[in-house]
This record gives sequence, structure tokens and C-alpha cells, in this order.
Amino acid sequence: MLKHARQGNTVTVKLDGELDQNSAARVRRELDDLISDARIKHLVLDMQDLTFMDSSGIGVVIGRYRALATRGGGVAVRGESSHVRRIMKLSGLYSILEEAR
Amino acid sequence: MLGSPLNNTRGARVKTRNHMRLLFDSRSENESFARVAVSAFMSQLSPTIEEMSDVKTAVSEAVTNAIVHGYRDTFGEVEIESSLTHDGYVVIEVSDAGCGIEDIERAMTPFFTSQPDMERAGMGFAVMKTFMDDLRVESRLGEGTRVTMRKLISNAAGKQ
Repeated sequence: MLKHARQGNTVTVKLDGELDQNSAARVRRELDDLISDARIKHLVLDMQDLTFMDSSGIGVVIGRYRALATRGGGVAVRGESSHVRRIMKLSGLYSILEEAR
Repeated sequence: MLGSPLNNTRGARVKTRNHMRLLFDSRSENESFARVAVSAFMSQLSPTIEEMSDVKTAVSEAVTNAIVHGYRDTFGEVEIESSLTHDGYVVIEVSDAGCGIEDIERAMTPFFTSQPDMERAGMGFAVMKTFMDDLRVESRLGEGTRVTMRKLISNAAGKQ
């Protein structure tokens, strides 16, 4: 299970290892589980320990964003490497992300 | 697969400083294997960490495409062929013998995905294009797809 902490209506989840198409299904499932409580509005993804991410990660973030946006919330990202940042920039992800911290 | 990989490289091998070929099952578990294998091979060119990440990501996208789109609900083999050239390029070909791409131009359009319900971002080709210097996609319906990409590794550039 991914390391996580809840504070009020925000859940912070620490992603680790590699996020690719192979691991995306599991990560997606675990994240959905962690935000299943309808009172949760914000998801913070801590990417400090993420060693690799490809475009599969974009789908994971967008999917969670869609779920939380309907509750008036959203997703924030922090600790991402410059490499992950490039992938997220390329897909325009930063325009939908909330401010972390 | 498209053409014979042997014919494809017989001439090229003379001109390259090193060459390898990998063949593996179209299982998602092999995505990380493919990334690690290619990065270990190209480490001979002393790439920077950033160049290494770029290539790993591009390989990941191409192999994922082969597994998820090429073989869709079927099963087959994915082939990676890679060369290191004397002028400092890493050349990577990822081929499958899957269903092929009907409209390559559309498939390469950012955010286009044939499987929106699977939460795919449709960014695979865009990532490959951005992170590599060249990208070529050849495909024939019912025969397969071959993605060829190339990147100049700065530390190896110009060294003969």
C-alpha cells in the first residue's frame, strides 16, 4: 500500500518506484481507494521517491483530477524530478494542477 | 513484423560501433526490462543522466504502444534493435507484429487515444518526439508497426 496521510479533506500520497503502464493499474486502484471517502477533496501526490514515470502517469493524474474536480477539489503534485516535470509540462498537466503545500 | 530485421541491419552493422537485438513477450512486466536493457546498452556512450532518462522514457512509450495497441487483446513478441553509431547516436527500433496503425498521423496527434476509457493520455508519440532527436513510424495494417528513433549522446558526439 502506498504511504499516505490524511489531514482534513486532503490526502497526501507518496508515490515510489516506477510509474509505467504496468504499475499504473495498481497505483490507480490504490489512489481511488484512498480518495473513496466523498469528503476528500484534495489529493497531493508526493513524487520525491518516484524513480521513473512515462506518459502512463499523466493518465493516472488526470483520472484522479476528474474524480476530485466533481467534488470541487483537485490534485496537486510536489517533489517531482525535472524529468517528470517535462512530461507533465508537455501534456499541459500544470494547468489543471492545484498549488501544493 | 515489418521486413526482416536481419536485412535491416546487415549493412548498418558494419557502420555501427555496437549493436544488439532483444526479443521478448508482449507482457507489461517487460516494459521495465526493456528500459533497463536499453539504458545498460547505451551506457557505453557515457550519456548524461538526463539523456538516459529521455531514452528510457521513449523506449517505455514505444514498448507500451506495442503491447497495449499493437497486440491489443492478443499476444506476441516485441523486438528491440539498437545500434550505437560511430558519430555518437543511439538508434533504437521497436517493432511488433500486431494489428498495425490505420492512421499514423492521427495516432501521433497529441492527446489522441484509441482507448480513452483506459485513462490513456494519448501522449506516447509526443513524448518520443520530444525526448528523441528523430522519430519515424512505419506501420501496415495486420502486419505490425516499427518505431525508429535516434538520439545524439553529447559525450560521444563526434568521437570516432
